[in-house]
Amino acid sequence: MLVLVVDSSTPAVTAAVAEVTADAVALRAERRSVDARAHGELLAPAVREVLAEAGAGPGELTAIVAGLGPGPFTGLRVGLVTAASMGQVLGVPTYGVCSLDALGLAATRGLDASAAPDGEAAGRVLVATDARRREIYWGVYAAGRRVTEPAVDAPAAVAARAAEFAAGAAVGEGAQRYADVLALPVRPEPCFPPADALAALAADRVRAGAPSEPLTPLYLRRPDAVAPTARKPVLP
Amino acid sequence: MTDEPLVLGIETSCDETGIGIVRGHTLLADAIASSVDEHARFGGVVPEVASRAHLEAIVPTMQRALDDAGVSLADIDAIAVTAGPGLAGALLVGVAAAKGYALAAEKPIYGVNHLAAHVAVDTLEHGALPEPAIALLVSGGHSSLLLVDDLAHGVTPLGATIDDAAGEAFDKVARLLGLPFPGGPPIDRAAREGDPEAIAFPRGLTAPKDLAAHRFDFSFSGLKTAVARWVEARQRAGEALPVADVAASFQEAVCDVLTAKAIDACRAQGIGTLVIGGGVAANSRLRALAEQRAEKYGIQVRVPRPKLCTDNGAMVAALGSHLVAAGVAPSRLDLPADSAMPLTIVSV
Repeated sequence: MLVLVVDSSTPAVTAAVAEVTADAVALRAERRSVDARAHGELLAPAVREVLAEAGAGPGELTAIVAGLGPGPFTGLRVGLVTAASMGQVLGVPTYGVCSLDALGLAATRGLDASAAPDGEAAGRVLVATDARRREIYWGVYAAGRRVTEPAVDAPAAVAARAAEFAAGAAVGEGAQRYADVLALPVRPEPCFPPADALAALAADRVRAGAPSEPLTPLYLRRPDAVAPTARKPVLP
Repeated sequence: MTDEPLVLGIETSCDETGIGIVRGHTLLADAIASSVDEHARFGGVVPEVASRAHLEAIVPTMQRALDDAGVSLADIDAIAVTAGPGLAGALLVGVAAAKGYALAAEKPIYGVNHLAAHVAVDTLEHGALPEPAIALLVSGGHSSLLLVDDLAHGVTPLGATIDDAAGEAFDKVARLLGLPFPGGPPIDRAAREGDPEAIAFPRGLTAPKDLAAHRFDFSFSGLKTAVARWVEARQRAGEALPVADVAASFQEAVCDVLTAKAIDACRAQGIGTLVIGGGVAANSRLRALAEQRAEKYGIQVRVPRPKLCTDNGAMVAALGSHLVAAGVAPSRLDLPADSAMPLTIVSV
């Protein structure tokens, strides 16, 4: 079963075609460009390229998997609306995956246990992506699962929480950016939500032909909007 | 008739998620979801609120449009989408959706100019547009006069507002008068009971010295302040506010300047067709005054019905259909959303 995977929750714009079989998930093609300001320009051509490289027409897709974030809103919506619109045309289900979960899975279990980095894989890892405004989206993971729910906070607050939950290392571009504040060893990879981990987290739903899901972004913040105060008079 | 292109249009530049379907100049579907109620308490459109609403609305609105037209995406010849100008985050939802639809259905995509679409929508009501024509585009975000010599390739800006858009002035005056957002419809209604000559509000950029530099430009900021001063003076004096008279006199000031400059543009260019579009074109006084003044000079006024004047997907589809018929090449799949897209660019 071929699935399209998209994620635009971080500065990385990711598109991939993955093959989901009864007991494995394998990437057939992947494109990743890192440009926080060009999600809208980069994603659609990347989708076309991975389909071509996988030798598959859009009609051969069984499902579409999309990273739900959390992530900066404008870029995040590009991936979700691309997945939703393609799913609607093709009549295939769309499945959402928390983008931090994909990083957490790759960082603490790995898709291939033998690839786990020097025994640390069993420990707890802080996953952090950049939320801008000097905050990070974060979660603590162990053995591929959430220890904490996804949240957004200032790096110093996250450092305290990560210590509380006994994280021994950190991953993600948010962790790299605020490494000095987090006071944890930061691993260079995974830096962005990996396509194979996103596919793996939806694989059971793909295999079961689960019902399509609405792709609701994990915003974690309310829109910046304040109701107007009393109007300022123009007369002196 | 059936060899005319079947074109789908997607509009998300502000607070309306619009998807329209046309065949040639025939409107087949015009589905709209609006987030206006979510913005009302803020007194204006909140970009992030609008963007979130577009994401939720796009798939169901598409389904409604396809059902209304009785077609599937496989039948569509091309997909047009507003690429700008507008709110950046809101535009991006529509552009990314259009790319997803185009990719999955393997159809050409056209990224088009929102303002040119406001002109093109009139073809759905009155058929092919004679060129050249003068277009007056007035909405909450824009107030422009354009020379439309070739709608498929480029329009020439003649003038625009130098401060507030006309629709913005309606919203602000409505708030002063305790009328709801958006301000256009309630002011139009209140004005029907009022005297348009009760208060002599200023007509921006109409004095001879202003006309020399700004013959086809508009200014509504001074008018808005003049209304505020007048209203506050009555309130301080403890007098009752004659809402209908203020609404009528304000509306008259706006419509007077808009129509006078539009007719002047037609006469200056020797052009016999004036198209009016944008949300403010739904205003009943603007429509009546334009007709009345144009008649004197034998100028034909074309204003689509109010539902086609406000933002919608049909206008984008109408422009797309015009581009396909004119043999214009489609856009690339990496086309950007451009919040400040200039009027000289009709499609990217």
